Amino acid sequence: MSTKDTDFAIEGHGDISVGVQGAGASGDGSASATRITPGNALRPEDIALEISRGQVKPSEDVAEFALRIGDDGLILAQRLGHWISRAPELEEDIALGNIALDQLGHARSFLTYAGAAWGKSEDDLAYFRREHEFRSAHLFEQPNGDFAVTIARQFIVSFYQFELYTKLMESTDATLAAISAKAVKEVDYHRDHSAQWVLRLAGGTDESRARIIQGFKLVWPYVDELFEDDELTTRLAEAGVAVQPSSLRAEFDRLTGEIMAEAELEIPGVPQSLGGGRKGKHSEFLGYILAEMQVLAREHPGASW
Amino acid sequence: MSPHGNPEAPASAASEINREAPKVAATTEEHQESPWSLWEVFVRSSRGLSHVHAGSLHAPDAAMALRNARDLYTRRNEGVSIWVVPAEAISSSDPDSKGSFFESPQGKDYRHATYYTKSEGVKHL
Repeated sequence: MSTKDTDFAIEGHGDISVGVQGAGASGDGSASATRITPGNALRPEDIALEISRGQVKPSEDVAEFALRIGDDGLILAQRLGHWISRAPELEEDIALGNIALDQLGHARSFLTYAGAAWGKSEDDLAYFRREHEFRSAHLFEQPNGDFAVTIARQFIVSFYQFELYTKLMESTDATLAAISAKAVKEVDYHRDHSAQWVLRLAGGTDESRARIIQGFKLVWPYVDELFEDDELTTRLAEAGVAVQPSSLRAEFDRLTGEIMAEAELEIPGVPQSLGGGRKGKHSEFLGYILAEMQVLAREHPGASW
Repeated sequence: MSPHGNPEAPASAASEINREAPKVAATTEEHQESPWSLWEVFVRSSRGLSHVHAGSLHAPDAAMALRNARDLYTRRNEGVSIWVVPAEAISSSDPDSKGSFFESPQGKDYRHATYYTKSEGVKHL
């Protein structure tokens, strides 16, 4: 897998919350037994810095594409965050919270980059757009249901995202490639987490098995939408910026099929939803998510903490 | 202390593991609560150092224990390697018998290298 040399000008990496020294205190093997290192991965702040310096600016097409991916992560993070304090066990609270934070991190980077096309910040996009301006696919806004429904949803999401980010690492757009290179490792872990739980729920008790079967029934109608091509993806695929979502389907089917077979689960024979999320047509669920997510920022515009 | 914060049952005292369900009771009648077992977590912070006890957690099996350990104890780049051990596999010394267990070395200075004077002609000590 070759990643483009993105040559990010990374300045001081001190994460003040852990009190490390500035530049130089990165996760580069200079770690001691006691020092906690923030690492030196690409952050949304780095992208914002490049934008402010005029080093990167996405085309309208690239911005629209980044918006789609960013919105997927943002809405899913909001859904997953709801599990904190509600998961079956404390450990799973943290696991789902971690996945939510990963997704939110990816969303922040993609939205920061997308916003550069229109002079908007990540916060402008997250908090001050209306429902029909969101470009997430319907799967991401589906309700959490019980733990099994959330796992079934996460299973589909993470296997889809892994294929997407793997391909985007080869993008001719250096920023999309860099964000994807960071995201793909995290999503790889999400795949593992959800697959482990699919296997355990399916092979656990009668009740856990019934619940994961029901969970897949509820979320499977939203699979096809993830792999739909349209004019935008066609243009971007021709330019080498992105791939057609449909080209990810075979590998998605193969890998999810392996886990489903091991878990002795059938792919649910359910009709597919109409979709429309990429055009801003959403189910009734998104409005409630946005109301909760946006209320504080709209109540106190420009506030920071 | 275990992440569930039960100071009455030190995580390393295998004989005193709290076998009660750590969280809220079952919500449905037919739901049978079988609490996840306790695992001790050891994290190696970087190459060349030892694995150090980081804490404990609950998990249904070893594979999930490793993943939970990754989520709970390496959130801030603390580690390059993790061990998880079933808490019941650990035998620990009895804290109440500290006296007889650890008294012997007290006062035996000659067991330390610093007790001895350097012989003449020995270099690089």
